[in-house]
Amino acid sequence: MMDTNRLKKRRNLSKMMKKAGLAVLTVFAVFSAIAFMLPMVLTFSNSLMSQAEINANYGVVFKNATTGKTFMNEVVNLKYIPDIVSFDQYRDVLLKSPDYLLKFWNSVMLTLPIVIFQTLVALGASYSFARLTGRLKEIVFFIYIIVMLMPYQVTLVPNYLVADKLGLLGTRFAIILPGIFSPFAVYLLTKAMRRIPKVYFEAAMLDGAGEFRIFTEIVMPIVRSSVYSVIILIFIDYWNMVEQPLTLLNDEAMHPLSVYLSRINNEDTGLAFAVAVIYMVPPLLMFLYGEDALVNGIASSATLK
Amino acid sequence: MKEKLKKTGVKVRKKRKRSVNDPNTLFAKVLAVPSLAGVLMFFVVPFIIVVYYSFVDNPINKHFVGFENYKMLFKSLAFVRAAKNTAALSFTAVPLAVVLSLMLAALLDSKIPGKSTLRSFFLSPMMVPVASVVLIWRVVFAYKGTLNAELMKIFEIDDLVKSLGAMPLDWLKSPKCLIVVSLLFLWKNLGYNMVLFLSALNNIPKDLLEVAELEGASALWRMIFIKMRYLSPTVLFVTILSLINSFKLFREIYLLTGANPYEGIYMLQHFMNNTFLTLDYQKLSSAAIVMSIVMVLIIGILFTTESLFGHDVEE
Repeated sequence: MMDTNRLKKRRNLSKMMKKAGLAVLTVFAVFSAIAFMLPMVLTFSNSLMSQAEINANYGVVFKNATTGKTFMNEVVNLKYIPDIVSFDQYRDVLLKSPDYLLKFWNSVMLTLPIVIFQTLVALGASYSFARLTGRLKEIVFFIYIIVMLMPYQVTLVPNYLVADKLGLLGTRFAIILPGIFSPFAVYLLTKAMRRIPKVYFEAAMLDGAGEFRIFTEIVMPIVRSSVYSVIILIFIDYWNMVEQPLTLLNDEAMHPLSVYLSRINNEDTGLAFAVAVIYMVPPLLMFLYGEDALVNGIASSATLK
Repeated sequence: MKEKLKKTGVKVRKKRKRSVNDPNTLFAKVLAVPSLAGVLMFFVVPFIIVVYYSFVDNPINKHFVGFENYKMLFKSLAFVRAAKNTAALSFTAVPLAVVLSLMLAALLDSKIPGKSTLRSFFLSPMMVPVASVVLIWRVVFAYKGTLNAELMKIFEIDDLVKSLGAMPLDWLKSPKCLIVVSLLFLWKNLGYNMVLFLSALNNIPKDLLEVAELEGASALWRMIFIKMRYLSPTVLFVTILSLINSFKLFREIYLLTGANPYEGIYMLQHFMNNTFLTLDYQKLSSAAIVMSIVMVLIIGILFTTESLFGHDVEE
C-alpha cells in the first residue's frame, strides 16, 4: 500500500519535472523567436516614423560616418514604437525620389531573368541527370557539384574573363548569363526527380507515352513544390546580391538596391527605412505563400551525394 | 494456334520492352544541352583559362613563369591578412552555426506548443535581404549606438569613462566586428540549417528511439548515441553549407562598414575586389586557384571524416 503511494508520488514528481522542463523550453523558444524577428519588426516600425523623428533618434549614428573616439554625451535612442505613425516616408519613396525606385527596378531586371531561365535550364538538365545512366553522367554531375560549392571569390574571376571576352562587362548580361547557368537549381531539382520511382517511367512508356508527355504529365506535377522552392531560393540569393554588381557593373546607376541601400546619407535615413521595408516585401510574400514547399525543398537537399 | 500467337505476342513485347525501358533517350540527352553548354562556357572553360593565366607573366606576353605568380601572391601582405581573417571568421562562425542550429532543431523536435509558428519565425530571416536590416544593425552597433548606450546604463561606466579616459568599444571598427558579423551570419543562416536538421531528425526510425526509451536511456543519451549517428551526414552537409556561406560574409561586412573596413575584417573578397580594380590578372587567377584548391581540400577532408564516423548507419 505504502509502496504504491510512494510510486505514485514519484511518478507525479517526474511528470511535474517534465512539465516544468517543457515550460522552460517554451519560454526560451518564444524569446529566441522574438529575437529573430526583432530586426525586421524594428525596421518596419522605424519606417513609420517621420524624418524629424529619425534624425532626433539616430542623428548621431548617421551624421558623421567617421566617429572619432569622443565622449558619449549624445547617444542613439533606439525606438520601438513611433510617436506619430506617418506614412510620409512611403509616399516620398513612391512619388518624390525616383532614385530608389530606379534601383528597385534594377534589382528586378537582374533577378527576374535569372530566376526564370535558371529554373527552365535546370528543369531540362535535371531531367537528364535523373533519367540517363552511365559513368559519364556521374562525372558531369560531380563537376556541377564542385562548381556549386565554389565561393564567389573563385567563380567571379572566370565570370569576369568571359564577360570581358564577350564585351558584356558593365552590362546586366555580365551578371545574368552566369546566373542562368549556375548549377544550384540543377542540383536541387535532380535530387527531387531522382526520388520518383523508376516504375512510373516504365509504366508510362509501356502505355505509349512519349518522353515529352512523361516530362510534362508525370515529372512536372511531382516536382512542382521542389520547383517552387528552387524559385524562392534563387530569388533570395540574387535579390540579395552584392559581390557580382561590385565587380561586374562599374556604373553605379545600374546597381541593384541591395548594394545601393548601404550608401544612404543623413538626409535620407528616414526614406531608407521605408525602402528597406519595400525591398523585403517581395521575398517575404513568397515565403508566406510557399513556406511549406520551401521547407520540403530545403529538407530534400540534405546530402551531397 | 493459340499457343503460337501467345509466343509471338511475348516475343514482340520483349523486343519492345528492351528499347522502351532504356532511359537514355535522345530527348533526355537533348534537354541537358543548354545547361551543359552554359556551365562549360561560363565556368569550366574560363576556369581552365584562369589556371593557364596563373602560370604566365601576363595575358598578352603569355610567357610561362612557373609558380612565380603564386610566390608573389603569398608574399602579398594583403592576401595573407585577408586569408587569415577569412579563416578566423569561418572557424568562429561555422561551428557556432552547426551547434546552434542543431539546438534549435532539437528544440522544435521536442513537445513544445506552437512549433510551426516558431519554425516560421526562425526561418524568415533567410528571406530578408541583408541590405534591408543593415540600418538597424548600424544603429545598434555604432560607436554611439544602442548597445554601447545600454551597456553604459547597465554598468554605469559613464563616470568611470570620464574619469579614467577609457572609451567604450567601437564595435564596427575593432576586432570585435567579427562578433557583430557572426551574429548577423547566425541570424540569417540558423533557420535554413535548422530545417535540414529537423528533417534528418524526422528520418530517424521511431521504433529505435522507443526501444531506447523503454530500456531507460535518458533524452541526452538518446541524443548522443542514436540521433547523432543518424545525423552525421546532415552535420557534414550543414558544415559545408555554412562554410560556403561564411565565405559570402563579405556582403554583410561591406554593407555594414563600406569598401574599406577596419583591417581586422579585411576579407578575401575585399582583396579580390581591390585586385579587380587594378586588373592584376596574375594575382586574381593565382588567388582563385589557391582558394579553389583549399575549398576542395576542406570538403574532401570533411567527407572522409564523415564516412569514417557514420558509415555504419548508411542505408
